[in-house]
Amino acid sequence: MSACVPLLDEVLKQAAVGQPYFDGAESAWLAQLRQGERAVLAREGLPDRHNEAWKYTSLRALAQQRFIIGDSEAGQRPVPETELHLPGVDGPRIVFVHGVFRADLSSLQEMPAGLEVTTLGQVLSTGAASLRSWMERPIADGAAAFERMNLVMATDGVSLRVKAGFHIEAPVHLLYLGIDTDAKLAWHTRAHIELQAGAELSLVEHYAGSSQSEQFATVVSEIRMHEDARLQLTQIQHATEAVTLVRHEHFHLAPRAHVGMHTIELGGALVRHEIETLLEGEGAIFDTCGLFAPQARQHVDIRLDIRHQARDTRSSATWRGIADQRGHGVFHGGIVIERGADGADARLHNKNLLLSDRAEIDTQPVLEIYADEVQAAHGATVGQINEQALFYLRSRGLPLAEARRLLMVAFCREILDGIFPQSLQEYLAERLIKHLPLSMQG
Amino acid sequence: MLQIDNLHVRVAGKDILKGLSLQVQPGEVHAVMGPNGAGKSTLANLLAGHEGYEVMAGSVRFLDRNLLELQPEERAAAGVFLAFQYPVEIPGVNNTYFLRAALNAQRKHRGEQELDSVQFLKLVREKLAILDLAPDLMNRSVNAGFSGGEKKRNEIFQMAVLEPRLAILDETDSGLDIDALKQVAEGVNRQRSADRAFIVVTHYQRLLDYIVPDFVHVLAAGRIVESGTKELAHKLEEHGYAWVAERQLEGADA
Repeated sequence: MSACVPLLDEVLKQAAVGQPYFDGAESAWLAQLRQGERAVLAREGLPDRHNEAWKYTSLRALAQQRFIIGDSEAGQRPVPETELHLPGVDGPRIVFVHGVFRADLSSLQEMPAGLEVTTLGQVLSTGAASLRSWMERPIADGAAAFERMNLVMATDGVSLRVKAGFHIEAPVHLLYLGIDTDAKLAWHTRAHIELQAGAELSLVEHYAGSSQSEQFATVVSEIRMHEDARLQLTQIQHATEAVTLVRHEHFHLAPRAHVGMHTIELGGALVRHEIETLLEGEGAIFDTCGLFAPQARQHVDIRLDIRHQARDTRSSATWRGIADQRGHGVFHGGIVIERGADGADARLHNKNLLLSDRAEIDTQPVLEIYADEVQAAHGATVGQINEQALFYLRSRGLPLAEARRLLMVAFCREILDGIFPQSLQEYLAERLIKHLPLSMQG
Repeated sequence: MLQIDNLHVRVAGKDILKGLSLQVQPGEVHAVMGPNGAGKSTLANLLAGHEGYEVMAGSVRFLDRNLLELQPEERAAAGVFLAFQYPVEIPGVNNTYFLRAALNAQRKHRGEQELDSVQFLKLVREKLAILDLAPDLMNRSVNAGFSGGEKKRNEIFQMAVLEPRLAILDETDSGLDIDALKQVAEGVNRQRSADRAFIVVTHYQRLLDYIVPDFVHVLAAGRIVESGTKELAHKLEEHGYAWVAERQLEGADA
């Protein structure tokens, strides 16, 4: 690897002296796991653009930065009450500040029956074997450097479990905040989510905050869906434009498990979001809808990797991208229908809108089929705003900027309309409108 | 109210209007007829502010302003309305939301009070009744999945809500059966008033049986070659546009 990669050097240095385990809990297997992964990270380094999975996203500028790893004051930093709420999301609330769990900001007093929420530290101190098997899941090659970095560095995380047969009605709010500090911070956190057989959960995963100083964060989520479990997951990301955020989700779906997912990516300077899904059980279903909207100099890279491994599994991916100014969007929609996954059904659609000459969206649908009697459809387009529609709206009196915004929200309507809880739909439409640039030329 | 003087317009390098002049006063209904390719739709779109038209010479004044300098939304606020020949389908934009935003944008531009949702819905209900449109149309996306007749009626409905000073109807009769045509004409006739003018662009005389014009102009080869009263439309119907071409030649010879 190259000689000077400050970002990685800092990580390796700190990992060598021993990153504190979750909540300070002692664990020999975890220490060993981390040392092993640290060695791989040191050997492989960060991926460059020769790596197919990082073709459109350069890490060069990020790699040159130095961050302070972990925030010793994260447990005390004040957070305005208004940061903690989303309309209609009124179930239990779990809050992390710079990757550190904040009991004082969370709301876990009225826990619905069947729902267990703890920190990974608590799980570790009770020696739960499940944690070990989850964390020892093999990590892929050099493309997954951040997943590995997270495993080596994560200081805390949430463990969320719904017991067999329980239906959690009120949406749970999982909030990750990055707030303004004097320091350039890096933080790493994890989420382990398990829905046992027949369990149902609605979860809102939410990234927000006020950070004006640069931050670098990685979040790895492991989601295990047992037979007949149902998860409705809404992801809202509106971190400030000072934040570099790398997320990796790893879904396992047992027979007839169903994940319905809506993702809205608005914030961040450099955003990489990897969604890896294994449809392991017969009849499992994975639906993902999403929207990314890089403006200014934002770079947003979405990477789907959906693997059909069992018979009669179904997946659908419907994503929209809007790029303006110098915004750069990347969408990789990878679907593999593995040998034996006969009768699988996979659909992927990605439509994109470019609003300026300097904006860029690279979209790459990749479909590989190794099974029989499969139904699959995929398509991707990059286009411009419909000038006829724009003229029509203006001819009725709508000013240019407003007409454009209306058309952009319309473009995203299909994504917004499915969001749960419904109260978030208008909230997010408004956020989207605010997010789109104020100064738009004809 | 509207004064078009010696207008020359080029589209994609081709001369379309070649010295067109037309004067419209408040309360008048002018029909502009002509064969395909005469420049009728160019005239309609140009007045509404569509991009891509190059004005080579001449002027257009509307209520003492240079219309050609105004953006489409400024023209709308000043009182120009175009009923499109092909209304655009805009999936995802709610009809009610769009129309209220448009009306309020115009009112704001004119320094008038904006309407709240209660006032707006009252206005909508009044106007829907006039055009015999189903109220559920308002909850749908703009023109999306509308039938041809619904689209045209929706145009006239928007006109009724926006209450323009000058309404330009571009081939509003095209694609309509006789019942829909009568409904649209009835909608237009109810909106005729002493301070509102209409320019009705049409290929066929049929529409003019229901919207009876004060003046009829024949547009051919980029100019108005003949003007008259509604009898001119009947003459055209009888003789066809070839007759106009002959008259044009005679005029040129003279």
